[in-house]
Parts: sequence; C-alpha cells; structure tokens
Amino acid sequence: MDKIGVLVTHKPLPYLEQELTRRGCRLFRLWESPESCRLEFCRENSSEIRAIVGNSNFGADAATIDALPKLEIVASFSVGLDKVDLPKCKERGIRVTNTPDVLTDDVADLAIGLTISVMRRIPSADKYARSGAWKKGEYTLTTRFSGKRVGILGLGRIGLAIAKRAEAFDCPISYYSRSEKPHPNYTYYSTPVDLASNCDILVVACALTEETRHIVNRAVIDALGPKGVLINIGRGPHVDEPELVAALVEGRLGGAGLDVFENEPHVPEELFALDNVVLVPHVASATIETRTAMADLVLGNLEAHFLKKPLLTAVV
Amino acid sequence: MATTTCTTNTPKIEKKPKVLVLQRINAYFEGVLSPHFDLLKADESSLPIPAFLSTHCRHIRALLVMAPIGTFGSSLLDQLPSLGLIACTSAGVNHIDIDACRKRSVAVTNAGEMFTPDAADYTVGLLVDVLRRVVMADRYVRNGSWMLKGDYPLGSKVSGKRVGIVGLGSIGSHVAKRLTAFGCPISYFSRAPKPNYPSYTYFPNVLDLARESDVLILSCALTDETRNIINRDVMIALGKDGVVINVGRGALIDEPELVRCLKEGVIGGAGLDVFVNEPEVPEELTHMENVVLSDHRAVTTPESFKNVLELAIANLDAFFSGKLLLSPVSC
Repeated sequence: MDKIGVLVTHKPLPYLEQELTRRGCRLFRLWESPESCRLEFCRENSSEIRAIVGNSNFGADAATIDALPKLEIVASFSVGLDKVDLPKCKERGIRVTNTPDVLTDDVADLAIGLTISVMRRIPSADKYARSGAWKKGEYTLTTRFSGKRVGILGLGRIGLAIAKRAEAFDCPISYYSRSEKPHPNYTYYSTPVDLASNCDILVVACALTEETRHIVNRAVIDALGPKGVLINIGRGPHVDEPELVAALVEGRLGGAGLDVFENEPHVPEELFALDNVVLVPHVASATIETRTAMADLVLGNLEAHFLKKPLLTAVV
Repeated sequence: MATTTCTTNTPKIEKKPKVLVLQRINAYFEGVLSPHFDLLKADESSLPIPAFLSTHCRHIRALLVMAPIGTFGSSLLDQLPSLGLIACTSAGVNHIDIDACRKRSVAVTNAGEMFTPDAADYTVGLLVDVLRRVVMADRYVRNGSWMLKGDYPLGSKVSGKRVGIVGLGSIGSHVAKRLTAFGCPISYFSRAPKPNYPSYTYFPNVLDLARESDVLILSCALTDETRNIINRDVMIALGKDGVVINVGRGALIDEPELVRCLKEGVIGGAGLDVFVNEPEVPEELTHMENVVLSDHRAVTTPESFKNVLELAIANLDAFFSGKLLLSPVSC
C-alpha cells in the first residue's frame, strides 16, 4: 500500500496507525483539524486520498465523499455503517467494508454486564464500599437478574450472542425483528411495543437505519414500565433520549444501561444523579483484543482492495 | 363449679411452635415468619442475654440465625439444653460451631441453593465490570471526563478467558454454566473431581489451577482448610493480567497480601464483595482503579430472601413435625 493516501477520521488504535504507516500509507489525520475546517482539509489533500478509515463517530458522509474524487474505499473501524452514505458510495463505485463478527462477543458481554450492573447496582456498591459509610450488617436490596424476561430488538449476530448468554441465566428470550427468525425457543413479537410489554429487560441490538431511528420511543418506554430496564448497545439515535431521561427521572422506567448517546460525548446530566443507570462511554468493542482484531480487518480489507483481491468483509 | 369441657364443635387452637431469635429481626422477615411460629425475640427483653436465656429459653427447641455475624458455639448451646435445630438463612455457616452442634445432636440447616442464582449472577457482573472497567468508565462519564479527555482506556475481553473456579459447588457450577455461554473454558479445584461435569478440567490444587487460569473465582465455603487459600504463591501463578473474584468469604484470601499483589502488579485486578473484617475495606483498595469493591450484597435480592424464608419455614416445620430436614448442613 505504498504511498496510498488514507484519511483517518478519528484518533486510531496505535497498532493500526503503526501498521498503516509501516505498509507505506500516507496518513491524513482528519480529527486533528477543527470541525469547521475538515472539508477544506479533505479538499486540500484530495489528490492523494484514496481510502478512508472511519469509525462510529465519523465515517464518510456525502460532503466528504464529494470532496474526495479519488476515493476508492471506505474501511470502517466499526460494524455499524450509519455514518457512511452507502447509496452515495454505491453510486460512485466506492467499496465499503466494516468489522463484523470480531466484536460480537465484546458487545454481547457488555450488554449482559451492563444489565447485571444496573439491576444489582454494582457502581453504587463500589462507591459505597469505598466511602467508609458501610456499616456492619447493613445490606441493600437489589433486583435479581436470573430468570427475568429478556427482549432483544434485532436478532442479528449481536442479538443472538446476547440471547445465548442470557439463556445461561435462565432468562426467557423474546425478540422483535423485521421478520420472524427460525428460533423456536425465542418468542417473536411483531412490534417493539409488544416486545417491551412482555419483557423485563429490553436490549437494543439492531442496526441504525431510517426505520429504526427512535425505535425506543415514549410508547415503548411506557410499555417497558417502572420495573423495566433498557440496555442500549446499539446507537444513541435508536432511543428518543429526552423521553428516556424524563422517564428515568420521573420513575416511569426502572433503569437503564447505556453505552451510546444521541450526541456523544454529551450525556444528559440529569442522569448523573441516578443510581439506577449505568453510563459508559461507547466502549462495547473497547478491548485490546477486539480493537486489534478490528484493526486487522481494516488492514486486511485495504490491502485486499489495493492488491485487487476479494475484500474480506465488504458491505458495498 | 364444674368447668365446661370443650365440645367437638370448637376447633382446637394449635399453639405455634416457639422459635428463638437472638439477632434483630427486620419487619419483612418477621411478617413472613410470625404466622407460622411464635418468635421469642431476645432484643425485646430488658434482660441481658445470659439472663434471658436462663429465664425464658430452657425449653427452646429451635433457634433462627439470620445474619452470618457473631459466633454460635458451645457457650450458647450449653444455655439451650432443649435445642434441636439451628435454622440459618445464610448459605455460609462458618459462624456456627458445627462440631459443637453435632456433639449435642443439634441439627443445622442453611439457605440451601436459594442464594445461588444471585451469587452466580453477581460473580459474573463483578467479572465483566473488572475486565471491562465498567464502574470506572461510569465514573469517567459522570465526572465529565468523556467530554474533556476523550476516549476511555481499553479494557480486556471477557469471552474466552480461562476461568478457574475454586469450589465447584452450587454457586461455582452456576457460575460455570453462565461463563460457558461467554465461551470461557472452565477449570476447577475442589476436594474431589466432579464426574457430573466432564467438560470442566479438574486440578488437584489451587496453585496448578491458578497457573492455567486468567480468572480465579472463589465460591467455596470458609473452613480451616480454605482460610487464606489464595496466598501470594497462588497470585504469582495467576499472573500480572490475572483477576480474582471473591463472593465467598473475605478470609479465603490473604487480604494484606492481595493488597500488596495488586499494588505491585503481581495480579491485574480483583472484584470483591467480601472482606476479612467487614465493613472495613483496606484503605489502599479504595484508591485502586483496577478493582471493583462491593458491600456484601451478592445475594441480597427480594427474590432470594423470599425463597430463603420459605426454605427456613419448611425446615422448621419439618423439624417440629419430626420429618426430614430439607437443607441440613452435613458435618
């Protein structure tokens, strides 16, 4: 990949940066420009840029693609492609790859970890144990996770991995999907509200598209109810965030474990005072093992493209 | 004056059996138990305990022990000559002198498997929270650091980690089932291999187990053999990325040594729900970011307590009607 210009939209994993450089790529670091100057940065370097390495925060929108006439491939450091203008890429003949499968386990692990952390109030327990306020014989009652009904929005790779783990906790599994899947042990519901009405824990695990934007809305939150728990390891825009915040603050929703937000890194401050929420900064795939595997996929896809070999994980 | 004898139309009122309670009993427990038993509560008497026992408890046959705090041994048993059963609502009975009970033919029952699902769930929760840094990441968000400092440092993958379970009893086997679904290969140390679990690898000692594990889960009872079973050698064998999760009893671990090993990077992290001298938590731990600490709440859910009380009632009923106890502790 000697001398190939690669626009990196975000601060990359050091391993990825080293490897791209070692293979001869010329890196253009978009995140180092202030937001208002980014398109200009693209135009200035457009004669060299043939590839974009994007992520879940900044992929390749229409304006960026238009500014890069030599763009051939967008290799996203993510599985979600909501930040890539796929129709435009198709139109321009630009290839698009993502990082499926390698992050499935991490995301599913975190979904279950967040669920237990919310229901059993682990962050509060930690804070209390460190505080010196813990008195002999005192204990706090929290709600059991095992056996609770788990409802999953989207039964793709990640949804299935979550279901497999939750089953080991004796949780009955139900799901909503565009169509029913061949899983006789899992109960299908044809609308998100029906699913929410029939589960204790609702997990968002579908792709973000125009149809699934705000799939968790007021009606779904109401159906989940004051004992229900929402876990979002999808995308912030899956959930109507103001409605979610109001429901949590007013006690109309029992709790939430959130890895993603509508306007990251902004997190509604009203949530900070609540001990029935667990908030993490978009870390569902953030382990050394998985990020390295994701980097290898990005590198593998880029190399395959420029060597004119079949791409590893092409979406377009 | 002739006394009128009861006619057969008047139902004979069965007196509820008396059960002694020496600890403070909360309203919920009392509400569930009092329809079945006449609770004799020591803390409602103005008498100090020894006088209370000698005055009111000579005929007491059953004692209810709730919190696993204090010691219930010879000196108490000597003052309860009619005692036949100590019904505990905890899983652990290391606060009961089992030998002293056996010598006096006093049976002991515990919580059986009623706490198991919650203990297993909490264990997994602690493990994910340590490896994935969930508690610290939550703090990072709440103190505004995500806005100011950017991405949080990477954690470590849970799926596929080699899990070593110390004590493959009820809780250990439930943890194993859960972590198997995370793709974790399971090994264990137990007093003897368990033929029911052929897919788990048995190690004859904790040191060998630690060498072949990334994570050590402590889910065994505290006995003389298991006190300080996690010592420096075991932690060295576990290694610098190794994690210890303890939902058993604090004294299973050499606590000062644990603190040293964490400070020195001999092991990578720990998730601890129990401590040697609760509610004291070693001060150095409270400043560490690679640990998750917890206030002994692994099993405190309404679901557990409801089940545990039902089991205690069943044990007491069985005892008073001369039937087999449901969850006797074997000596």
